[in-house]
Amino acid sequence: MSAPLTSLHRCCQRSALLLHVARQRWSSSSASPPPLHTRLLLFLTQRFYDVEMLLSWRSQLTRNQLQKKNAYYGYTQRFYGLDLASAYFILSLKGGFRFAGQSEWFYADQKGKFSWDFLNHKDTLLEEVDMSYTVINYRGLCNLEGQRSLRTLKLRGCPEVDDWLLARLHVFQDSLEDLDISHCPRITTGGLAALRNLKGLKRLDVSSLPGILSPGLVIILLEEMLPQCQITATGYDYSLNDAQGEEEEEHMQRQR
Amino acid sequence: MSAWRLRVKLRSATGLLVSTRPTQRHTSPYGPLTLCRSLSTGSHLRNEFFKDLEAQLAAFRKKAADALPGSSWSPLQINPNLPPERADIVIVGGGVLGWSIAYWLKQKEMVRGGVRVLVVEKDPTEHLGVLNEDPVDLQFNQSGYLFLASEEVAHIMEENYSTQRYAGAKVSLLSPTQLKQKFPWLNTDGVVLASYGLENEGWFDPWTLLNAFRRKAISMGVIQCCGEVTDFKYTTDVLRTASGDTVDLKRIGSVKVQMPNSLEYQPVECAIVVNAAGAFSGKLTEMLGIGSGPKDSIAGIPLPVEPRKRYVYVVHCPDGPGLDSPFLIDYSGVYFRREGLGGNYIAGVSPEEAEEPDTSNLEVDYQFFEEKVWPCLAHRVPAFEKLKVTSAWAGFYDYNTFDQNGIIGIHPLINNMYLATGFSGHGLQHSPAVGRAVAELILDGNFKTIDLSNFSFRRILTQEPMLEINIV
Repeated sequence: MSAPLTSLHRCCQRSALLLHVARQRWSSSSASPPPLHTRLLLFLTQRFYDVEMLLSWRSQLTRNQLQKKNAYYGYTQRFYGLDLASAYFILSLKGGFRFAGQSEWFYADQKGKFSWDFLNHKDTLLEEVDMSYTVINYRGLCNLEGQRSLRTLKLRGCPEVDDWLLARLHVFQDSLEDLDISHCPRITTGGLAALRNLKGLKRLDVSSLPGILSPGLVIILLEEMLPQCQITATGYDYSLNDAQGEEEEEHMQRQR
Repeated sequence: MSAWRLRVKLRSATGLLVSTRPTQRHTSPYGPLTLCRSLSTGSHLRNEFFKDLEAQLAAFRKKAADALPGSSWSPLQINPNLPPERADIVIVGGGVLGWSIAYWLKQKEMVRGGVRVLVVEKDPTEHLGVLNEDPVDLQFNQSGYLFLASEEVAHIMEENYSTQRYAGAKVSLLSPTQLKQKFPWLNTDGVVLASYGLENEGWFDPWTLLNAFRRKAISMGVIQCCGEVTDFKYTTDVLRTASGDTVDLKRIGSVKVQMPNSLEYQPVECAIVVNAAGAFSGKLTEMLGIGSGPKDSIAGIPLPVEPRKRYVYVVHCPDGPGLDSPFLIDYSGVYFRREGLGGNYIAGVSPEEAEEPDTSNLEVDYQFFEEKVWPCLAHRVPAFEKLKVTSAWAGFYDYNTFDQNGIIGIHPLINNMYLATGFSGHGLQHSPAVGRAVAELILDGNFKTIDLSNFSFRRILTQEPMLEINIV
């Protein structure tokens, strides 16, 4: 019922987060000079200590907010148990999940409101978790580590998912079958090597990862590393021609 | 027609105001009288003079500005590369440890510009100096380490496993059958137990880390200097022990920094000197007389750090292990790891004590690879029988001849020299932690976060080695 509405809301969330992601990557993929206000701020920062301090306060504030969101929900775990604590964590970060043995998905809408019906299912493990377009990072994964029967994990388009989170996924190595890490800007080739422990993985989606430099080769090596896994990797330009090298770079940047 | 001419005249008038170029079209500077082509050669030189006039006027303006008070010109040309005359803390050695200490000193100072730090490095490379706020990508490959143990050393590995688990490291022990299942390219002959890292274990690019520390430290105000420390000026306090022996306590007053390839030097007055000179730390303390006292006194014990040459070979093998190959360390000491995605690997081994190569140069011995490294590699990984050495390099370990572990802390005889050296090949992995520990030691007076007092020089005085219990 509310599922189509919630998915519409999540579409809007998605575009906002992707824009934010694109703006963040500006500084590292600088083919064209950054916009005027960024240059002005940099100019002022190099000349005035006050501006430098204000900007460092602002970045410190955003980092603190992110760490608060990904804190360890120890209090909830003590009173409600591991599974409800994980469920509450997922809903607070505006994700969604499905209990094992149930067919209903529990979602939080764009404003962060969710129904408290999930409290009725005490001590039921989570089977599928959808944290796409949320701000989960490697610290937040400690709230999900108790879910040893997790089958599906979707981390599509998360701006804070990086190699360290992929390294922590080894706790799910027996049960995880479906992993989606497409459109995550911070993942690099070194992090993909961390997926070596997930021997039970059946489906892996690594589409449009801007951090990988030679996607064709990396996908082949991944397929060799995980022989039973079906790997989806769309959104890359595999053109081999050297003369089109520049066009390829432009294409990749447009996709970012 | 007249309007057009008026516009042209206006344009030419503005042209006169903007530049000092008087000639336009066919008129000459001497007015309409010489409209026709002049036959004398003098006008050509006069034209050139006026073309040069602009440049000459600019040079004249610059000289005038320099001569006026308030400009920084002086008739005595000072070398801009010289270090400052005074600094609070001089860090000798610009390796990863030196820059890590500099970064942490600046991070921990309570006020902006609280400590003036100078890093002296003998052999630097290019200097970027960009104010960057980007997160640094260390290219950390999360592939884990794999230690192999034979029967004699399996019990040591089990003990280490429990210590590591207790400390929170996510490692796992594997039997030979599990090894074969996980890594089908491995030959498990002679292997009884293996230790495999599951999380947060791997390798990264050390050059990126060094540059990250350096750029951040420089952006926070650390001064870099390319030069060599050749001498110290120190004052000596002579104290007498209860049994009547004299003890010389030295305090460094200034450091003599010699510029590269020149006789120029600059004495830098300083309060604290940090010895992070790596393989050459022993030579540095010799300049202060450590090690040249009577044999049974503290002054007779030298700093036991000397350079040891180690070779690293880059090999190419097309059929080698893939993306999941860990950093494999065999019980014989041979190691290899994957480098990049194109089938390249980095391999090497620590030579025996008796066969230490000559440390006077950095030449690579390829014979060493064929005799010592390749047979073990090919035995352990059969695919490596067909490999080709593409390149190699040699480097110096700051080898601690006493117990191969780092020395951190103040030297007992030199009041203001802090040692951070002797890590024997582990300096890189210890650099962030040791940098913070030394910064705490200097600024707070004691270790705050991690207590590293076991690494002090005291164990060398009491001859109690602190050996790392490992199987290599």
